Amino acid sequence: MTFLFDLFAQAAQMGLVLVLSPVLIGFTRKVKARLLRRRGPPLLQPWYDLLRLLRKEVVLAHDASWLYRAAPYIIFATTWVAASLVPTFATGLMFSWTADLIALAALLGAGRFFLALAGMDIGTSFGGIGSSRETMFGSLAEPATIMIAFIVSLIAGSTQLSEVAAYMASDFELRVSVLFALIGLIIVAIAENGRIPVDNPATHLELTMVHEAMILEYSGRHLAVIELASALKLLLYVSLIACVFFPFGLARHDGSLEDMGYGVAFYVLKLFIAGFLLATFEVSTAKMRVFRVPDFLGAALMLGLLGTLLVFVTRSL
Amino acid sequence: MPLDVALLCVGALLAVGAASIYWRENEDVSRRVYSLTGGLCAALFLSAVVPRGAHALSTTLPLGLPWLGMHFRLDALSAFFLAVINLAGGAASAYAIGYGAHEKSPMRILPFFPAFIAGMNAVVLADDAFAFLVSWEFMSLTSWALVISHHDHAENRAAAYIYLLMASFGTLCLLMAFAVLGGATGAYDFTTIREVPKDAWKSGLVLALTILGAGSKAGLVPLHIWLPLAHPAAPSHVSALMSGVMTKVAIYGFIRVSFDLLGAPAFWWSLHPLVFGAASALIGVLFATVQSDLKKLLAYSTIENVGIIFIALGLALAFKADGQALPAALAFTAALFHVFNHSLFKSVLFFGAGAVLGATGEKNIEKLGGLIRSMPRTAFVFLGGCVAIAALPPLNGFVSEWLVFQAILLSPSLPQWVLKLTTPAVGVALALSAALGAGAYVRAFGVVFLGRPRSDAARQARETDQWSLGAMSGLLLLCLLAGVLPSFMIDTISPAAAEYVGGRMPAQSDIAWLSIAPVAQSRSSYNGLLVFGFILFSALVAMQTIKTLWPRPVRRAPPWDCGYADPNPAAQYTASSFAQPVRRALGAIAFSVRERLDMPAPGETRAAHFEVDIGDRFISYLYEPLSKAVWFCVGRLNVVAFLAIQEYLGLVFAALVFLLLIVAL
Repeated sequence: MTFLFDLFAQAAQMGLVLVLSPVLIGFTRKVKARLLRRRGPPLLQPWYDLLRLLRKEVVLAHDASWLYRAAPYIIFATTWVAASLVPTFATGLMFSWTADLIALAALLGAGRFFLALAGMDIGTSFGGIGSSRETMFGSLAEPATIMIAFIVSLIAGSTQLSEVAAYMASDFELRVSVLFALIGLIIVAIAENGRIPVDNPATHLELTMVHEAMILEYSGRHLAVIELASALKLLLYVSLIACVFFPFGLARHDGSLEDMGYGVAFYVLKLFIAGFLLATFEVSTAKMRVFRVPDFLGAALMLGLLGTLLVFVTRSL
Repeated sequence: MPLDVALLCVGALLAVGAASIYWRENEDVSRRVYSLTGGLCAALFLSAVVPRGAHALSTTLPLGLPWLGMHFRLDALSAFFLAVINLAGGAASAYAIGYGAHEKSPMRILPFFPAFIAGMNAVVLADDAFAFLVSWEFMSLTSWALVISHHDHAENRAAAYIYLLMASFGTLCLLMAFAVLGGATGAYDFTTIREVPKDAWKSGLVLALTILGAGSKAGLVPLHIWLPLAHPAAPSHVSALMSGVMTKVAIYGFIRVSFDLLGAPAFWWSLHPLVFGAASALIGVLFATVQSDLKKLLAYSTIENVGIIFIALGLALAFKADGQALPAALAFTAALFHVFNHSLFKSVLFFGAGAVLGATGEKNIEKLGGLIRSMPRTAFVFLGGCVAIAALPPLNGFVSEWLVFQAILLSPSLPQWVLKLTTPAVGVALALSAALGAGAYVRAFGVVFLGRPRSDAARQARETDQWSLGAMSGLLLLCLLAGVLPSFMIDTISPAAAEYVGGRMPAQSDIAWLSIAPVAQSRSSYNGLLVFGFILFSALVAMQTIKTLWPRPVRRAPPWDCGYADPNPAAQYTASSFAQPVRRALGAIAFSVRERLDMPAPGETRAAHFEVDIGDRFISYLYEPLSKAVWFCVGRLNVVAFLAIQEYLGLVFAALVFLLLIVAL
């Protein structure tokens, strides 16, 4: 019976992240619109867009290969698996030990790898520009993630997210290195999700775009799957920050159904707060030049390194 | 028994090399030699993996130095390396049955290929300084002969010359290392060397000489300059062996000396491998990112991976010196696991590069593109190799890098301050090189196989032969198996770790769901099988759901490209433009860049010209002054060649007196 319950909890998490991720995007857009004194599209608009795309035919460029058609599903699968392994409403779910923090970073890296390849498949100049820039961002964002993973796992004594969350919830003390990790992870999250100031998710047909440039040739269900994957990625980073730095209200895997319900409520609340903060941040900054982004991400990497050094040489900072 | 079989096979490999000269007139000499070599490699592999019992096997052959004989020994470590060598060796032979058929002058390769494999096998089996050095030099010289096999190109001759210099330098260093190790008594077989007492100075000297000797063969920065020259010069199956296996034999040499012959380590031994390893990882991968020759790119990426292995070995030394058996075993296992992994995927990638070279005749990736349509199977296997080497789950490259990260995470427990400050920096270098490596392989695969063909040669490419495909797919399958079932690999390495660092990781294969948990499941765990299963499951579920609910047709159309799709393939992103952001952001760490832009004034009709020169600082600041100094001395010493006979006799007499003085003192 417990086995079935555990399996159900894990499946619920998989479903939950899938359903909530476009809503998070919709909410962020709504807040942004409100802050700009517009009414904005409905909360569920991203879902409507996805369904509309799924109902459309696929227009494929003549030169597109099998990799181009397979890549959306690979990107979606790696991101979905990664998002389902981050504790959202409960820690220690059935398969939470399958991949730790470092493996999660690598799973996201796999998604980026195939996205960048897909951008190069048709042989257009926009695809190449997007892939090339994404590769540069990734080669700084991924090490920054790993250094941040070093900080939190050295403090918590584990790279398992459930253990980290449990540690942070119980015997947490305020440390400089944790602060560094938080700032670093927020920078990485902004860059990895192509939010302002690194990339503009609303832009098209501009030489500055990165993510949109790679998926410019995608249409129909392929585009829908990729859009869903990028929504999942945003949700993943929010869940990651929430579960490591703000682990309030997380249920335990052996908790009752009621605990889990509270966990879900807390989680949704955290998502809305994060979406609100993200929107506020986005309307108050301007996009930076592409060649400023390495400095921005370099700051995250340096914070990660400094934090790790602090954890290595002191016990309290 | 396995040792006797192994030695017999090594002898047989030499015989095959010799026999190929006898068969040179024969039509199918190349097929015959490669099949025999492959068979012997299989036999050697079996002799490495059959259960041997707890004790190492040893034997003495009446060869070499009179009355002393040559000692050979097969223990857990040599068996592991024996398996690595012959797995890749067998695959390379199978690949060469197809690939070697196009060779214009096969007799420049055939005698040396089996001899090269025999040399590498003999190095890991050797149990005395003489056998070790002779096999080492044999391996160097045969591989040199293979590098120069296409001697009609001036650049290949230059590559072979530099390789020969570096190889002789390496052997010289090792020779001196063994001279110091042997001590005053002149201990010569490894058993006696182990018992010779060593003080800190002596160990330091031996360690430095070993790093130089083994490092120059393994491609450790700054001794790496021969790899990117020699690997493109050699035929692809040979480059695969040199890159995937011979560098590992060099790593074996380092392990044998620093973990075994030198005795109990001190903590500062770990600094050299850590620092040079981190430098190699970072510099190697940055150079790989900007290469436009596919095989040069692979060679630089080998430098990166050798760096990762040395980082893990450095950690193992540090933990061992501190008496922490379990972390030492973890780091040591990570190193050996990466040795195994790299030998697999680097061979796959070199085989793929050879297939591309054979199909298009083009080394420069700027002239390739779109091969995924004309060579779909090669493209698939090459993609697999790229995913594996880019350390992406669920393939094997990720598992070994994950283990190295876990070892770094245990290193705050090391008491020394130097190490507390070094290991986080090494961690950054490792993380950066992993991410940059993924980028470098996106670029390699994307430019060669994706997009549209950039030349006629790429347009007319045909799929490669079945033998080559078979060899590549077999190795890729092993990459997948090692990635999803890493616990069995870790348990296989465990006896070697127990012998050399005095500890073993907890048995992995009985952990539930075939996860791996290096220390404890609550600390860290990874399950490649489930990750693979979940990815497969999610992708299939997504695909199937969409197919059933919204079955919409696919329509082919010209690309959109914001309304202006340029039909000219030259409008695509090139390899150098792809690398430009990374080159600008991080290139300054590794190389000096000079950009030259010749922009015609407005109104002029001539074409604009843009050129990028990427220089290796080690060549301009280390090797060029060194070679200038050598030439200067040579010029001065030249006088000695034109002396009268009495002056020569005087020189001989002076030398004699000098030597007698040394003996007297």
